[in-house]
Amino acid sequence: MKNSIAERVGDFLKGYPPFNMLSNNTLLKIATEVTINYLEKGDTIFKKDDPWHDRFYVVRDGAINLYYSNGDVKDIMNIHDTGDLFGLRPLITKEPYKLTATANEESIVYAIPISVFQSETDNNTKVQKYLITAFASNAFDPYTEEEAGKIFVDYLPNTSQDIVNFQTANYTKSPITCSTESSLKDAAKKMSAYKIGCIVVVDDEKKPVGIITNSDIKNKIATGLFPIETPVTNIMSSPVITGKKGLTIADGQLQMIKRSIGHLCITKDGTDNSKLIGVLTHHDILVNLGKNPTVILKEIKRAKRTKKIRAARLKGNALLKSYIEQNIPITHIINVISQINDAVTIRVVELALKKMPTPPPVAFSWLALGSQGRREQLLFTDQDNALVFDDVPEEQYEVTKTYFLKLAKLVTKSLNKIGFEYCEADMMASNPEWCKSLTEWKNQFTNWILSPDEKAILLSSIFFDYNCVYGDKQVVDDLTNTIFTTLEKTDLFYKFLGRDAVKSPTPLGFFKQFLVEQNGDQKELFNIKSRALMPLIDAARLLILSKQISGVNNTSERFEKLAELEPNNKELYESCSYAFKALSKFKTKQGLLGTNSGKFIDLETLTKEEKLKLRRCFKPIQKIQEVLKIRFDLKNFM
Amino acid sequence: MIFKWFRKHKKNAPDFWVDYVDSFKNADKNSIGETRFVAFDTETTGFDKKNDRILSIGAVSFIGKSIQVNNSLELYLEQDVFNPETVKIHGLMKKGSLEKVTELEAIKTFLAYVKNAVLIAHHANFDKNMMNEMLSRNGLGKLKNRFIDTGSLFNKSKHIIYRENLKEHYTLDDLCNELNVPKVDRHTANGDALITAIVFLKILSRLDKRKNLEWDYLLKT
Repeated sequence: MKNSIAERVGDFLKGYPPFNMLSNNTLLKIATEVTINYLEKGDTIFKKDDPWHDRFYVVRDGAINLYYSNGDVKDIMNIHDTGDLFGLRPLITKEPYKLTATANEESIVYAIPISVFQSETDNNTKVQKYLITAFASNAFDPYTEEEAGKIFVDYLPNTSQDIVNFQTANYTKSPITCSTESSLKDAAKKMSAYKIGCIVVVDDEKKPVGIITNSDIKNKIATGLFPIETPVTNIMSSPVITGKKGLTIADGQLQMIKRSIGHLCITKDGTDNSKLIGVLTHHDILVNLGKNPTVILKEIKRAKRTKKIRAARLKGNALLKSYIEQNIPITHIINVISQINDAVTIRVVELALKKMPTPPPVAFSWLALGSQGRREQLLFTDQDNALVFDDVPEEQYEVTKTYFLKLAKLVTKSLNKIGFEYCEADMMASNPEWCKSLTEWKNQFTNWILSPDEKAILLSSIFFDYNCVYGDKQVVDDLTNTIFTTLEKTDLFYKFLGRDAVKSPTPLGFFKQFLVEQNGDQKELFNIKSRALMPLIDAARLLILSKQISGVNNTSERFEKLAELEPNNKELYESCSYAFKALSKFKTKQGLLGTNSGKFIDLETLTKEEKLKLRRCFKPIQKIQEVLKIRFDLKNFM
Repeated sequence: MIFKWFRKHKKNAPDFWVDYVDSFKNADKNSIGETRFVAFDTETTGFDKKNDRILSIGAVSFIGKSIQVNNSLELYLEQDVFNPETVKIHGLMKKGSLEKVTELEAIKTFLAYVKNAVLIAHHANFDKNMMNEMLSRNGLGKLKNRFIDTGSLFNKSKHIIYRENLKEHYTLDDLCNELNVPKVDRHTANGDALITAIVFLKILSRLDKRKNLEWDYLLKT
């Protein structure tokens, strides 16, 4: 007989893991056996030490509180929301419950009989693993597919990282060797000729008997322990650690960590009793793994073509993703990614210079502006850059400018190929407006500062966050000094910047609702960049400029510096710094989810907890805007 | 008193009717928490009890606060009367792919399902009248179950100070909105039965805040 209720229950379950991994047929069979429980606030589903139920639970509506109780102490472990599973213990072990589950509010909960569920999903390892993971992690929140995917990361070898780990290691196939009769000097000559860090000592049958590495030479020769003419057998490490041909990266790495060595000799049968066929170095493993900042940086530095840089930069994105997943502090992530971005720009400029017919006529410096200038760019964004070249006699100006424009075009083109979109407003060094001599730049900034208008402020907010990425630092310092001297002459500029910084209101509406976009494609989406990040960025810039501090470009660092300079506002500045970091992380996460800039957030996709977190970040925005209004006397200026 | 009532019935009543009537004989007066409730709903061709017909019956039963999905009832009835106007509400077409039963079979199944349970329906009088009309068409007596109407029960749950603002007529949608019940499968008999059951449980919990709710109060309309 038809059972519409079961179908609807199934429809609901289908939206949440692990049920979304089941076929409709299986789902319907399970849904038919579900019991729908209505709970009043405070009703208990199971108590600590209760014998296990023959079912587990899914929240349909409302919220279920899971807490650990010990005497009078109640420790809330988690509040489960729509779609969450709980009471999974009996699925895994037939033991009494360890937690107590009560309704946090009026709720409807689906109880799923374990026997039915298990017989229907018996062979589904994915489901089993999901449940075990869910059970193992108390703080699990499968609101969305993405979140659920995150849980799998540790358990299923389906991520690229894990696949790489279990791939066969790519070792050096034609290892450099020397015979047991060689002197250390001969061996060292060979090592330097082949630019390698280790040499394997082999006997007549090509079996590895020992290994000499750079550090052996450092520790045993350079210290004077042995003369350089000493036979290699005197200083080699022996016996060698060996591995088999099909060795996986994970195994190789494990061996190296266990024995604290950096090289593994690969032999025909895996023992030191057979012919040497290769050497696996620690570096090989890192290259194989790829997701390591040092390796990525090295790759970028060594790249000879834009394509290579692009590949390396993309690894940076994978790195970023795994960092975010592992909850690594955002400041560290920002540092690493900024380093990578800077390295990309440097390498691109270097390669462009090689393509130029002559070396640069005068000193110049390549400036990163905006987010890259502040070193807080995590995802690929637009290019914002500029070029300053040293002053030249008037008659040489045209030629010099032409040279640098050509160079800049090569650079922006390569950056674009790598993944940094051209700036829509053409704020790039390839634009004659943003490729100027030092004096021209000085005049430009002086103009902006002394007679500010709307446009000047907009541009200033981009240009004041410049950061010299490549070239002559002296030129840039000169420019910075001029700016600060000019800033001393006027207050008006600060007022303009201040007005700009407080113009977007706190992102919470009158009724504590999020202010979402009212029109356009982004309707109903929350613009985290303009409504939350920009006010903080603008405030930090203004305050740090007013303190005449240069060289601190990063927004969170700027706030930390301000906290240091103004102990009475320490708390506020620190909360601003924290809020900025938290918001950046939000934006990055969103960007990774949607493979875009993450600027617009669909509030529907956020969990209650995330919304709460986001909301908490808005408080300091409101407060810092108040500070700006008072400090720069903006009330009458608005 | 009820017992006398039974005897008036025809001696040649069909077995299923006798079974149904008998189920009331030994019914203990259980507490509310131990009583079996059946929330049900009918989809009909219209609102006229004489001329319109029941197209489907949905019901769920529960004791306490748990509703067993596999113990629900879903019947589609074969009817000659057809009203294209109401198709857009319940979506039941004259010739649909659904497996249909005759009125008599539907009655048999329904009575065997509800037994002596307390019946709950939204605007219970309508469903009750439609059912009774169908029973009498098939030569049977009226339903003997106690009825609770979620509409009037909701009125009772409102505090006295809000009474004057009460609406004359609360639709099931109104109650869903007020009580925050998801409107899943609205306007199918089965879906509405489940919604009615949850609405009932929610109102009951409001009425029973002091845990001293009495049958008299619950059944009095």
